Amino acid sequence: MTRMTYREAVRSALREALSSDPTVFLMGEDVGRYGGAFAVSHGLLQDFGPERIRDAPLSESTFVGAGIGAALNGMRPIVEIMTVNFSLLAMDQILNNLATLRYMSGGQMSMPLVVRMATGGGRQLGAQHSHSLEVWYAHIPGIRVLAPATVADAKGMLLAALREPDPVFIFEHATLYPVEDEIDETAGPADIQHAAARRAGRDITIVTYGGSLPKAMTAAEELAKDGIAAEVIDLRTLRPLDTAAVLESLAKTHRVVVVDEGWRTCSLSAEISARIMEEGFDDLDAPAARVCSAEVPMPYAKHLEEAALPQVAGIVASVRSIL
Amino acid sequence: MRAEKAASQQTPSREHALGLLRQMLLIRRFEEKAAELYQVGMIRGFLHLYIGEEAVGVGAMQALGTDDAIVATYRDHGHALARGIPAGVLMAEMFGKANGCSRGRGGSMHFFDVSRRFYGGYAIVGGGLPIAVGLSLADKMRGVERVTACFFGEGAVSEGEFHESLNLAALWKLPVLFLCENNLYAMGTALSIAQAETEIAIQARSHRITAETVDGMDVLTVEAATKRAAEAVGRGEGPQFVEFQTYRFRGHSMADPELYRTKEEVEEWKKRDPIVLFRRKLEEWEMLTDPDFTQIEGSIDAEIGEAVACAEDGEWEPVEDLMKDVMVRP
Amino acid sequence: MADFLMPILGADMTEGTVVTWRKQPGERVERGEIIVEVETDKATVEVESFVAGTVEMILVDEGRKVPVGTPLAVIGVEGEQPVASRPAAAVPPPSVAFPAPAPAATKALGARLRASPAAKQLAQELGVELSTVTGTGPEGRITREDVEQATKVLTRPAEEAPDRQTRMRQAIAAAMSRSAREIPHFHLARDIDMSSATAWLAEEDERKPVAERLLYVVLLIKATALALREVPELNGRWIEGRVVENRAVNVGVAISLRGGGLVAPALLGTDRRTLDDLMRGFRDLVQRARAGSLRGLEITEPTITVTNLGEAGADSVFGLIYPPQVALVGFGRMTERAQIYNGEITPRPAITASLSADHRVVDGHRGSLFLGAIDRMLQEPNRL
Repeated sequence: MTRMTYREAVRSALREALSSDPTVFLMGEDVGRYGGAFAVSHGLLQDFGPERIRDAPLSESTFVGAGIGAALNGMRPIVEIMTVNFSLLAMDQILNNLATLRYMSGGQMSMPLVVRMATGGGRQLGAQHSHSLEVWYAHIPGIRVLAPATVADAKGMLLAALREPDPVFIFEHATLYPVEDEIDETAGPADIQHAAARRAGRDITIVTYGGSLPKAMTAAEELAKDGIAAEVIDLRTLRPLDTAAVLESLAKTHRVVVVDEGWRTCSLSAEISARIMEEGFDDLDAPAARVCSAEVPMPYAKHLEEAALPQVAGIVASVRSIL
Repeated sequence: MRAEKAASQQTPSREHALGLLRQMLLIRRFEEKAAELYQVGMIRGFLHLYIGEEAVGVGAMQALGTDDAIVATYRDHGHALARGIPAGVLMAEMFGKANGCSRGRGGSMHFFDVSRRFYGGYAIVGGGLPIAVGLSLADKMRGVERVTACFFGEGAVSEGEFHESLNLAALWKLPVLFLCENNLYAMGTALSIAQAETEIAIQARSHRITAETVDGMDVLTVEAATKRAAEAVGRGEGPQFVEFQTYRFRGHSMADPELYRTKEEVEEWKKRDPIVLFRRKLEEWEMLTDPDFTQIEGSIDAEIGEAVACAEDGEWEPVEDLMKDVMVRP
Repeated sequence: MADFLMPILGADMTEGTVVTWRKQPGERVERGEIIVEVETDKATVEVESFVAGTVEMILVDEGRKVPVGTPLAVIGVEGEQPVASRPAAAVPPPSVAFPAPAPAATKALGARLRASPAAKQLAQELGVELSTVTGTGPEGRITREDVEQATKVLTRPAEEAPDRQTRMRQAIAAAMSRSAREIPHFHLARDIDMSSATAWLAEEDERKPVAERLLYVVLLIKATALALREVPELNGRWIEGRVVENRAVNVGVAISLRGGGLVAPALLGTDRRTLDDLMRGFRDLVQRARAGSLRGLEITEPTITVTNLGEAGADSVFGLIYPPQVALVGFGRMTERAQIYNGEITPRPAITASLSADHRVVDGHRGSLFLGAIDRMLQEPNRL
């Protein structure tokens, strides 16, 4: 077991992949000479050279499309889009090509492309740098969407993604990069099909993903002081969703709160609520509750941003409101 | 319009010449049949005809080997036929049948045949350029010596992706052939009202890519120019750009009333019908007689007839298979 | 000769207007030549002919708007018909009614009561104990209606009973009038020796707990169902002038309701069920019929009706068939009757079975065979 940060865990996975598979290469803005906008790829250019670690010009659409073309032609590119905020420039390539070409060609194409993006708000970066748009991607048939929320998953999920024959999107919440934890260095690829119960409980289920996991865990601890045992489910995979895990927990607790940093309307939490309605109706003792971001472009001022994002207090209050 | 003819065109062999003529004529008849079938409802959705532009698809394809890759646009029938995808398979695709090249999943705009390295068929203008860049990037990284040919219309020049793709290809010296089919209109928008710089070759050169502009109505000129460019790529000189000045005799798609151009302009361009021009040339060279031509037409009519039969006989993909092949591993 | 049709000129086009005919009858048209101008929602388009020939006849005049595919003109074509110039037997793509996605199998909830929020709310308001309510919603979930029904059974508000009664009598009146009007009835009867059946039944019932004991009516029902296998046309439906055989045998059992009224719901798949199962089903039907909570299928699916009026006192029944059924089987009182065996008079229990049958479907010969079959079945009750 080793202690490392989330960013180091991603880097560790990158190293392993680059070392063991010559078709893997990393492409994105500032991944080489700058060492990565979040320092994830720090040192990799020196060790693997400019053919494997490619600094791309500021052309999201084309370097994502190039990743698609390379994946069609025998390579396993890892495209790093600096943040989900910039991915909007590549949406056409992502939706109309990456997610679509296999089906539209009658099954002729396989695109083993991994796209990594930083996501989320909470660092006073303003409205154009703070989006949580995972749900936009989770909406699209043809791709997998993962949200590693722990240090172990940061490494294990990337390794697993690189074994998939299909496109995989990995969302790394920016606030998680410095988080430290113990991981098993030798662990290898993680399961990417299932959610995980990070904390067991029988009074209420809290479902969440990505950067909201630490807040959910803290909320659970607070609730525990009042004798409320919350079960925290980390979704881990957003497409496909592990509905079974949520329903299993619901069968025990009969109440659920979904914590989702996206805007409430048409969010991932709305999808989860719908599934609970469809498949867990009889297990509910109260309607599913949701804690989401306020429907505003993210403000810069600290107190406003805090008010806009899901917080521990809000999660606790939501739990109490349905108990 | 400024057209640069190739400096010297060697007379081709009769066999080769007849082959070019036949291919162009096959495309012409295929497109006419497609129009007919569209109007009676056998082909649905959007249909973009290549009539008038045959010399570009056929001529350019001569410079490409079976191992080279091709990326095209929604106006892809001519390229697909010139690439050797059987007419029946393409017709079946347009009918929506499971024996179509894309299993009926794509339709007219989305022909794919990976076995012939024909990578589509894109509905979004400019959407194929980054894919072509990526295909050529992989070839370079893997040390595979071959070319990726990317066909697109002059309308794509307005999209940001065009410049991003040319830039990246030039920057990383990728083995990609950018082949611009300038038919003067992006749907109903003339180049002159879309681009401040209408000399597309200049735009390509601004990205440090060697660019040539040629007459796209002369199949031999197209062939020679594309071969030159492909050879340059093969010598490791990086991406190359050729602009073909051509014209589509029909509307953008079947529904187009063509209000944006005059009938006179269309008639002027029809005088330079690439098939008529080439036929005349072959007759001058005494390579083709009227009976020869009739025979070629007859064999093409038969081929088209078989293609339609192939489409009509094709099966529909079972509805139960709707969810298949969204992913390799669902 | 080729029909020139209103072409589809765009993805959304459903109709077009003929603006100007560029060719008139008698004029020649070449392949690729413009023959007509058509106006669509978006624009006026010149349309070419795909065949060469002479325009014979114009079918749609200028100014008229017609759907795509409508023949606009007839062209006399020389030589061979071009391939596929007409929409051939265009086999449309198979359309499949997608079944609504099956709700994921709900896990057995064990002790947890399945009731909708609306049901729970109403139950609370009305003071109904949910555990006493039968659920008829998906997977046996208790719905608001179930709670409502439960209250009706309990309280039977005075105004309601006559209402329901009146409606029921009206319905019965309509059905019976129609039956008398439309069906040419004939009637047959047969006395059936029930000594074997009653002896066997007594033995069986001795072994069973009281709640599970069989009543002889179940033997009658099963015997009828099995006899239908020999004369299947009596298990048919009369629809639009002919009899359609039903594959399933669903015997409708006539049940009289307290306060008047009659229903005859079906025991589904009668011929394939055991006597015990039929007994349970019969009890359940009676209970629910009297509580007014029969299911739709039970009411619409009987393929034949059995009415047992022995308890009420009739010796034989010559009833009216419930359309669209084609037969009604009646059983009267079980009485001790003098029978002659080996030249001696002995008293034995017997019952009169009667058949009312639709003469359009079956004649006396087949009807008699049917009654004979019922008799035979009842002589070997252990095989029922």
